[in-house]
Amino acid sequence: MSETWIILGATSSMARAFIRDLAQQGARLLLAGRDMADLGALAQDCRLRGAAAAEAIAFDARKPKGFGAIIDRVAQFDGTLNAAVFVGSMPDQAEIDADPGLIDGTITDSFTGPARFLQMLAPVMEARGKGVIVGVGSVAGDRGRIGNYVYGAAKAGFATYLSGLRNRMGRKGVHVMTVKPGPVDTAMTWGLGRMPFMTDPETVSRDILKGVRKRRNVVYTAGIWRIVMAVIRSIPEPIFKKLSV
Amino acid sequence: MRWKSADYTGWGRALGATGQLARPERQSALTALVADAPAPAIGNCRSYGDACLNDGGNAIDMTRLDRFVEFDADSGVLHVEAGITLGEIARIMAPRGWLPAVMPGTGFATVGGAIANDVHGKNHHGAGSFGQHVQAITLVGPKGARRITLKSDPGLFRATVGGLGQTGVIVSAEMQLARCKGDIVTLTERRVANLDEFLGLLDRSEATYTVGWVDATARGDALGRGILEEAETGAGLVPPTRPSKSVPFNAPGFALSAPVVKLFNAAYLRRVPERGRTVVKPINEFFFPLDRIHNWNRLYGKRGFHQFQCVVPLAEAAALKEMLMRISDAGMASPLAVLKRMGPGRAGYMSFPMEGYTLAVDFRNRDAATRLIGQLEDLTAQAGGRIYLAKDSLSGAARVRAMYPEYEKWATEVARADPKGALATDLVRRLGLRDKA
Ligand SMILES: Cc1cc2nc3c(=O)[nH]c(=O)nc-3n(C[C@H](O)[C@H](O)[C@H](O)COP(=O)(O)OP(=O)(O)OC[C@H]3O[C@@H](n4cnc5c(N)ncnc54)[C@H](O)[C@@H]3O)c2cc1C
Ligand SMILES: NC(=O)c1ccc[n+]([C@@H]2O[C@H](COP(=O)([O-])OP(=O)(O)OC[C@H]3O[C@@H](n4cnc5c(N)ncnc54)[C@H](OP(=O)(O)O)[C@@H]3O)[C@@H](O)[C@H]2O)c1
Repeated sequence: MSETWIILGATSSMARAFIRDLAQQGARLLLAGRDMADLGALAQDCRLRGAAAAEAIAFDARKPKGFGAIIDRVAQFDGTLNAAVFVGSMPDQAEIDADPGLIDGTITDSFTGPARFLQMLAPVMEARGKGVIVGVGSVAGDRGRIGNYVYGAAKAGFATYLSGLRNRMGRKGVHVMTVKPGPVDTAMTWGLGRMPFMTDPETVSRDILKGVRKRRNVVYTAGIWRIVMAVIRSIPEPIFKKLSV
Repeated sequence: MRWKSADYTGWGRALGATGQLARPERQSALTALVADAPAPAIGNCRSYGDACLNDGGNAIDMTRLDRFVEFDADSGVLHVEAGITLGEIARIMAPRGWLPAVMPGTGFATVGGAIANDVHGKNHHGAGSFGQHVQAITLVGPKGARRITLKSDPGLFRATVGGLGQTGVIVSAEMQLARCKGDIVTLTERRVANLDEFLGLLDRSEATYTVGWVDATARGDALGRGILEEAETGAGLVPPTRPSKSVPFNAPGFALSAPVVKLFNAAYLRRVPERGRTVVKPINEFFFPLDRIHNWNRLYGKRGFHQFQCVVPLAEAAALKEMLMRISDAGMASPLAVLKRMGPGRAGYMSFPMEGYTLAVDFRNRDAATRLIGQLEDLTAQAGGRIYLAKDSLSGAARVRAMYPEYEKWATEVARADPKGALATDLVRRLGLRDKA
């Protein structure tokens, strides 16, 4: 397989499961993130699991100056290019209430940083006329809720961005898929208490790969969240505003 | 690092703990954690009793530190993070012709757990214990990481292998894999009429992997009857394993009641034709037969179960016979009873194996089972054998010390490695292993 994947936020628990599945299929991997030591360890793990190539590359969603160099590196790979975005941060809503300045970073990590990167990558992928972009949003973006509406707003913005990007890139043969996970057992949710319909990174990865194969536009994982969120979205605002779901 | 309040149990679910768990996802997080708040490491909690519990305290869940670090395809030496499971190593490496040199009956055991209990497999008579194939261990303590080998630190190495996690957190290990011919096994099963025939067949078996299933409900002339399994790895094409199923809730008490077990065992025995048979299977189905049903431990109901496992010297076949008699008389055995011949191989001061026969039987948790297991431990002690701490949930301090002659050496090394006792687990406390003698 001469498929190349660039993974943004490759150190994420969820990304790791997905990257390993790609490695086993023999993909070439560009692992982008902030923690170079962990990315190096992950790259080595991927090579031993069967990746045709795996290299670590520095990426910080809050430092767009560095994006150009990464795009240049991606473009050096021939064949099909694909991208997946796992970057995101979810500070406690109470912390944000105490320090509204945290909003900027939250929106940058989950939305504007990755969007800006994808915007730069888009022409490169369009030129190849194929490939897939996977963007990880969240069910939290489907409706603003008292517990995490800043994070939710960032994810909603990213989902809307992806929907537009899909509209644009589809015309050139590039498929854009939005992934909306419910709770997943990762570093982000560890110790946050019991959550309904929680799934694990391995299942999320399988759902993403299946979605990519079937060229799905929006994938919920676990699948039940499509129904749960349809119900939550259908609650009239006068009632919803009084709920703490 | 965030801590999670959790209720967790050993595999037998008879013993549980409430405490705080951390689950580092990368080595830097682990190092910082241990420098800050040292705590015992746990793997997948496949130990039956309380080896993997720290009630009222902290523990470090190692399962996300599961990366391949290095592999030398010429020598077969593999370096991995300690939270990777043996099943995962087998899944990735078997198609390339390599397997962990020793694999216990569950693929969910992590490398860290396999070292800390110096586990044995169906090839113990030939290959020895897991720790004998470990060439180096990297331990993390409050002062940072340290790579040890049998040569560099013989005492600490022997106290770490089979050392119940008391010398530090194992972050990674380098081990010699064994060559395999592919990812299937050729398995020969034959019916065995009774214990004497069983022991004879085990003694004479020349197979790489040998294990016996015993019908622990059989009595009289049929006492110790069962099935002998002998296997070799090979190459071939067989359909992949069907996806695993799971037991969704606690089974009611009658699910494993005496008449049900008797019927089940008789049927299980008849599965194999009278003249035996040879079949071909994917390796995981042979090595980890129970892993295909997730949470099968729920079959024993809410109160859980105990596994008794002992090893007795070769000359003590009479003790085994006595044990089987007591078990079948009590009518309390579950379908799970395993008999195997062990070689002398062991790698740590507190390692379980000794040359002899090992017997493992599951019992639903109830008072009568506790009494019966006490008797079985007496018989083990009288025979000069020992019980396996990875399975134990009922034994006592004096008994265990008497069974493990190198205990003092272990205790000395452990006191040096963890002077404040920060790594103590429920098992270590129950058996007084860290108390001054
Ligand atoms: C179905 C089944 C079949 C089994 N068959 C066999 C068999 O054939 N042979 C055999 O020998 N055993 C067998 N076992 C027992 C099992 O192999 C051991 O209990 C093993 O130690 C479990 O590994 P774990 O990763 O779940 O460790 P846990 O049970 O979580 O922990 C075991 C011990 O290891 C320590 N530990 C774990 N990780 C680390 C680490 N990274 N650093 C330091 N210490 C650590 C813990 O503190 C604890 O003392 C079986 C168990 C089951 C459930
Ligand atoms: N877990 C859930 O329940 C859940 C549910 C729905 C959606 N999601 C989304 O799933 C994605 C993966 O999260 P996860 O659950 O796997 O948690 P995670 O392990 O905490 O992953 C978050 C990732 O985002 C990266 N990141 C954050 N800020 C960054 C920045 N400025 N620049 C570069 N990378 C940055 C982190 O990198 P570092 O390693 O450098 O910190 C980390 O790799 C996230 O987008 C998350 O919002 C998660």
